[in-house]
Amino acid sequence: MGEIILSLKNIKKRFGETEVLKGISLDVEQGEFITLLGSSGCGKTTTLRIIAGLEEPDQGQVILEGRDVTKLEPHKRNVNTVFQSYALFPHMDVASNVAYGLKIRKVPKTEQKKKVEDVLNLVQLGEYGKRYPSELSGGQRQRVAIARAIVNNPRVLLLDEPLGALDLQLRRQMQIELKRLQKRLGITFIYITHDQEEAINMSDRIVVMNQGIFEQMGTPDEVYNHPLTSYVARFVGSANIFHRDGKAYAIRSEHVLFSKEETYPYRGVVKEKSFAGGQLRVLMQLPDGQEITASRHGIDAQVAEGDTVCLGWEPDHAVPVRE
Amino acid sequence: MQKKKQGGKLWLAAAPLYLFTLLFVAGPLVYMVILSFQTRAEGYGVLNVFTLDNYKKILDPVYLETFGQSFRLAVTSTLIIAGIGYPFGYFMAKCSPKWKKRLMMLIMIPFWTSSLIRLYGWMIILQAKGALYQTLHFLGMDIAPLKILYSYPAVVIGMVYALLPFMMLAVYSSAEKMDWSLVEAARDLGASPVKAFLTVTLKLTMPGLLSGVILTFVPSMGLFFIADLLGGNKIVLVGNLIQDQLTRGADWPFAAALAVVLMVMTSLIIFLYRKVTHSTELEGIL
Repeated sequence: MGEIILSLKNIKKRFGETEVLKGISLDVEQGEFITLLGSSGCGKTTTLRIIAGLEEPDQGQVILEGRDVTKLEPHKRNVNTVFQSYALFPHMDVASNVAYGLKIRKVPKTEQKKKVEDVLNLVQLGEYGKRYPSELSGGQRQRVAIARAIVNNPRVLLLDEPLGALDLQLRRQMQIELKRLQKRLGITFIYITHDQEEAINMSDRIVVMNQGIFEQMGTPDEVYNHPLTSYVARFVGSANIFHRDGKAYAIRSEHVLFSKEETYPYRGVVKEKSFAGGQLRVLMQLPDGQEITASRHGIDAQVAEGDTVCLGWEPDHAVPVRE
Repeated sequence: MQKKKQGGKLWLAAAPLYLFTLLFVAGPLVYMVILSFQTRAEGYGVLNVFTLDNYKKILDPVYLETFGQSFRLAVTSTLIIAGIGYPFGYFMAKCSPKWKKRLMMLIMIPFWTSSLIRLYGWMIILQAKGALYQTLHFLGMDIAPLKILYSYPAVVIGMVYALLPFMMLAVYSSAEKMDWSLVEAARDLGASPVKAFLTVTLKLTMPGLLSGVILTFVPSMGLFFIADLLGGNKIVLVGNLIQDQLTRGADWPFAAALAVVLMVMTSLIIFLYRKVTHSTELEGIL
């Protein structure tokens, strides 16, 4: 690690009345797996499109390998994209889809064939060269899209929610495969998702985006355990935001302790109990209206809806955050 | 199970349609084919004597030349129509929904008037001292009276005018279905705008373009009244020849033979279209 391969410098972009990006900056290191995490409409796709050259920023610069490419057309950038909808060419078979970029760059025929074969084997689609995209499953199309991009050996690979359309089991499997692929190829990945689990599983670094700004950048551990803002705490850690004396604290639900005995400093009423994914969640309301959720493994909890309980947390677990 | 039951009843509902088609489409066609092998009677009508003479007559250089001229005109018109209609349909598909509606309106309006009346309009425009001449004159161009009407170019103009909407709609309907992210993907993979257009957009809108070609080429072989009105009697197309043989020549069997040959030619073109595009329906008319 070390060498900066891509820099965004104070990028601003508006579409009509809406300011989609409000001055974002980012340095990406060679070989890094970096994830832009945020809910839909936060500007992450626009950021990706600006890096790809499919959109031009109103302000700011895109520096790729030390060169200002802000105004460079997409086909002149050494960057490839895996589109959310895959965007496979329906009129070409898998092999031609994958060979497209090589053909455009006039790579010799025999070399083309070899590269396409290699990359299809790499994504475990060696036998599928003659098939058409319409004859493939979602997961297979996904692999073709990835193969079509990486065969060009880009310096940076952009992935726009590439696993969004797949079912949960396939997603998990593809997460592992993608991460493995990225390590093997050593290509810098810029990955977009709204799924915090996916981001935490795969990334070297996570950038949490909200309403056109970067709320926090850091390793999965930093972002999850040390959120800087209430948005990051809520979005990444599903944490409670607790207000006291005009300050905000993030407390993750598994750190909230509660009991019917008077052992904890705050008093609350149990409003809701639910059980999902092996976890019991108890929503409690404090007298001032604030709601705090606690989670436990298993269903063993001696409280019922309407009970008054005492609740609290270890001081270390209350992380001060900005609003 | 349920579906099959319904299907059985639907067949009954569709019966009148089949009957109608049989009576008014298949019937006349069969009659025409039979007619083309019969012999012309002295004066009026036909004799029940079967012969191949009508088809032999077509091989006469005079008539072959008519087919040749029709073919040339159809090719010329179709090329011009494709040249104007493709870009129009393409850009229309990229317009905002509001503009799509407006442009669609502009295409449809002429259909609300009889095409014959619209052709008379063209005659007024193209006349020696007609609307076009007046306008050019008004704009300060000192020119001799126009010699466009009753010439080959006038017929081409008429054909292009009459058939252009079909090309526009055919191209529009296939460009409308285009997934434009494919063009972005091509650009992302290193294709210049022109390359991306040629390798992706053009390929994917080809069914529309080809169906537009059919929808213009086939009728332009037979639209006799355009050649009649705008070409005077200088331009004789297959359509004119058929009409002439039916009315003035009163040689029905020969007219039928000409019509059969024209039909076979156009069917061949549609067959080729299906072979090339693998589609069973013409884009833009359904």
